[in-house]
Parts: sequence; structure tokens; C-alpha cells
Amino acid sequence: MAEGRYDSGDGSVAGRQHISARFSAELEAIKNALLEMGGKTESQINLATRALLNGAGDVAQEVVAMDKDINRMEVDIDEQCARIIARRQPAAFDLRLIISIAKVTTDLERIGDEATRVARMALKSSIREPVRGAESQTMAIAEHGSAMLRRALDAFARLDVDAAVRVLLSAQSAQTDYEEGMVLLQAAISNDPTSLKSCMDQIWALRSLDRVGDHACNVAEQVVYLVTAVDIRHVDEPTLVKLLDSGADT
Amino acid sequence: MDHREALIAASNNRANLNYVAPGIEVQGLSLTYPDEPNALIDINLSIPGGEVTAVIGPSGCGKSTLLRCFNRMNDMLEGCQYSGSITLGDLNILDPMTDVTLLRRRVGMVFQQPNPFPMSIYDNVAYGPRIGGLRRRRDLDEVVENALRLAALWDEVKGQLGKNATVLSLGQQQRLVIARAIAVQPEVLLMDEPASSLDPISTLRIEELIYELKQSYTIVIVTHNMQQAARVSDRTAFLNQGQVVEYDATDKIFTNPSQRATEDYITGRYG
Repeated sequence: MAEGRYDSGDGSVAGRQHISARFSAELEAIKNALLEMGGKTESQINLATRALLNGAGDVAQEVVAMDKDINRMEVDIDEQCARIIARRQPAAFDLRLIISIAKVTTDLERIGDEATRVARMALKSSIREPVRGAESQTMAIAEHGSAMLRRALDAFARLDVDAAVRVLLSAQSAQTDYEEGMVLLQAAISNDPTSLKSCMDQIWALRSLDRVGDHACNVAEQVVYLVTAVDIRHVDEPTLVKLLDSGADT
Repeated sequence: MDHREALIAASNNRANLNYVAPGIEVQGLSLTYPDEPNALIDINLSIPGGEVTAVIGPSGCGKSTLLRCFNRMNDMLEGCQYSGSITLGDLNILDPMTDVTLLRRRVGMVFQQPNPFPMSIYDNVAYGPRIGGLRRRRDLDEVVENALRLAALWDEVKGQLGKNATVLSLGQQQRLVIARAIAVQPEVLLMDEPASSLDPISTLRIEELIYELKQSYTIVIVTHNMQQAARVSDRTAFLNQGQVVEYDATDKIFTNPSQRATEDYITGRYG
């Protein structure tokens, strides 16, 4: 992919800072706040998965408690975005950065909600016992979603369009695990109808973990928009492959 | 065609609902002053009719010089030489044979400081049409009222048309100057920092007026205020050191400019 016009998250490049150093500092601060929020949601997902699979109630409670921090961070970052728009009237890259950050915070907050949902299920007595029947699929989906999120956030931090497009192209690879997990849990219900409640909780948890990957894709789409100003939401996979092959002009 | 005939023809033209003001084509325009050999260098711009085109750029980049080429105001500067061509519809603006007075009727101009004549509000607006040969009071009344209405000033001044224009506020004076400019039925309105001496509310009124006027006029505005360019214009040209760095739809310039120099300028960066 062509070398980018932008070398770091605030669009500054060596010797090309804003004339207003305060504006540069504000953009840097909001970007760092977003990445911190991203790191927190990533660990929230990992902890929630651990709580679910190991029946660790204390870890699950920790995840639920973390959600308050995530929500507060979302509000703080949105406030900063509004303040920068009102006071600085950002344009071009700066404008896209603010728009992207505002959108990404929404996805991160929703990832936090999914993690909390999984943690609450872990807390329920019905699945305090380690998940049986779809452990490996649950773990695979959680790891996949978490890795996608980490790579999408890395791409955001480094303004790496290639990496972002690869996140999008990897979205389908957890689909088999998800479908297998569903089949196993449905079979478990058929074999033992008394496990219905427990299995339904596991199905919902699986669904929540699968959604993490969807949100990570949204983050990756924002990276492409931020760097190239091209909106790739709702484009099909062949177009994405073409974008990667052609080396989107960043 | 004399001035009166031109005025009547322009008025008839504008009465047509499908009327679109002509655009300006600039090709290979270069301009030198004795102490500034590269004031403008090989400017090529296709300015569409019936739209607002903003020209932005740092001080001394040639914005106002370019604007003044469109009505040959630079002719008054000693030693000013230009090459290339500028056309407005079928009119070759830079042709030495072009009647500059007629050109300036077709291409009106509004400056940074409102410059009403020291006469009544009515006479300010009637000044151009009178010079153009309009004499009948009823015709003049109609022209003055129409121009003041178009300039969104009629309701504020209709009861005091005989008052000296200098009693108006700065914002009202600037709208009066715009009314005076449009009273002679120009096709193009050039605006050189038209709101930079006005308070924010008057500025917004001028911007709203620009939006209303673009239905009937080709408007070229020079501004230091980038947010103003973003608000009012359809297309934006970024000039630097006498050259067009980038010229594109305003939406594109302010969200994703092609040139790094443009991006650095509009986002307030420096190298």
C-alpha cells in the first residue's frame, strides 16, 4: 500500500504540527483516551470469557464493574469531540478524526455492553459450572473477536489501512465456530431438555462474543475512512479485496 | 450596444426563469507588477455560472489580484501586465478593445469596507441605473425597490430612503453596497472580504444574502475566513504564491483535499 500522507494519529507529521499547539494536544489527548478505552474493552471481553468458561464469579463481577468506567469514558470522549468541533471547527483529516473517534467510541461502548452481558450470564447460577458442549467454540469466537478488536485499534493508532482491511476480511473466519457452537448447544437441548435454560444462556453468550467481531469491523471501517476519506461501510468482500490489492491511496 | 440597451437586455434576460448567469473561464493567466514579477502564475480556472466560488490563501498569495482581473481593476495599477485569457460568456475580458465600463456593469464588485456614496439611500442604489440612462422616476423606483429587496435591506430602510446612507450600520451599508451593485443587473458579483469588517450577525446576514443571490449571479468571493468559505461556497480555489494549488468542490476541499499544502493550510498546520 502506498505510503500514507499521515504518519500518526493526530495527522501530524514530522515538522507539520498545527500552528496551535493546544489543538494538536487536544487531538492527541482524545486519540489516547480512545485507545485507552479500547484497551479496557479488550480486557473486559477477555475477562468475561474467562468468567464464562471457568465459572469465575469474582471475575464476572469485575467485568460488570468495569462497564461503568467504559460508559464514563464514552461520555467524556463524546464531550471532547463536541468541544473540539465547537471551538476548533476542524477540517479535512482533523474533521474525519473527530467523526471517527465519535463513531468508534459507540462501538467500544457496545463491546463493553456485550462483555457485561456475558459476565452477567457467567454470574447466573445456571452456568456457574464451566460451559459444557461448546467450550472450544466459545473460546475460539472470543479469542477471534478480541484479536480483531486489538488489530483494529492498532490500525487506528498507526493509521494502517492495510491492517484495517485485513481485519474486515478476517470477519468470516469465526463463522464456522459460531455455527458449530450453535449446533452443539441445540443438540444438547434436544438430548437433555432440562438443560434448556443453561444452553440458552450459552447461546446468548456466544451471540454476544460474536458481536465483538462485528464491532471490531466497524472500528476498522473507520480507520479506512479516517485515512482515505473513503466510506467502505456496506461494501462487499470482492471490493475490499480489490481495495487491498490496489493499495488504497493513503 | 449602449449602457441603457445593455441594462434593458440584462433585465429581460434575468426575467427568464431558466436564466443562469454565465461562468468565467480563466486560461493561462499570468500577471506581473513592477515589484512583483510573479503575482499570478499560469492560472487556469473554470468558474461555473450561478454558483459561489471562494478563493482562499495566505496574505499576498494573489487572491485579490485575481479577483481584480475579472473586472480589469488592475488596469489602474501602473506597470501591471498580464497574459492569458479570461472570458465571461462571449466577452473576452482582457481584450484591450473591451469596453471596461460595460464590463464593470456586467461584473460588479463589493469591497471589504462598505463604501456608500455620501448621498441618500435611494440615490446610492439609483446611481448606476441613472448613469445607464434610466430616467423615469417610476422605473427608478422599481429598480431601487427590487435591488433593496434582493439585498434583504428593503424592510429596514423603506421608510427612510431619503436619509443619507452613512446613517446606516456597517452591516446595512454593506447590504446597500450590494444592492447598488445588483441594481445595474450584473452577471457576476466579485466580493473581496465582504464581511471582514462586520460583526458576526451582520456577517451571517451577508452570507445568507450570498446564498440567495447565487440563484441569479455568478459570485466569486475572496475570504481569509476559511469557515466562511466552507459555509457559503460551492467551489473553492486555494492559491499560494500566485498559483492555484487546488481547485475543487468545497465539500471535497474541506473534507479531503488532494494536495498536502491545501490540507496544511485549512487545518492550520505549518511545515
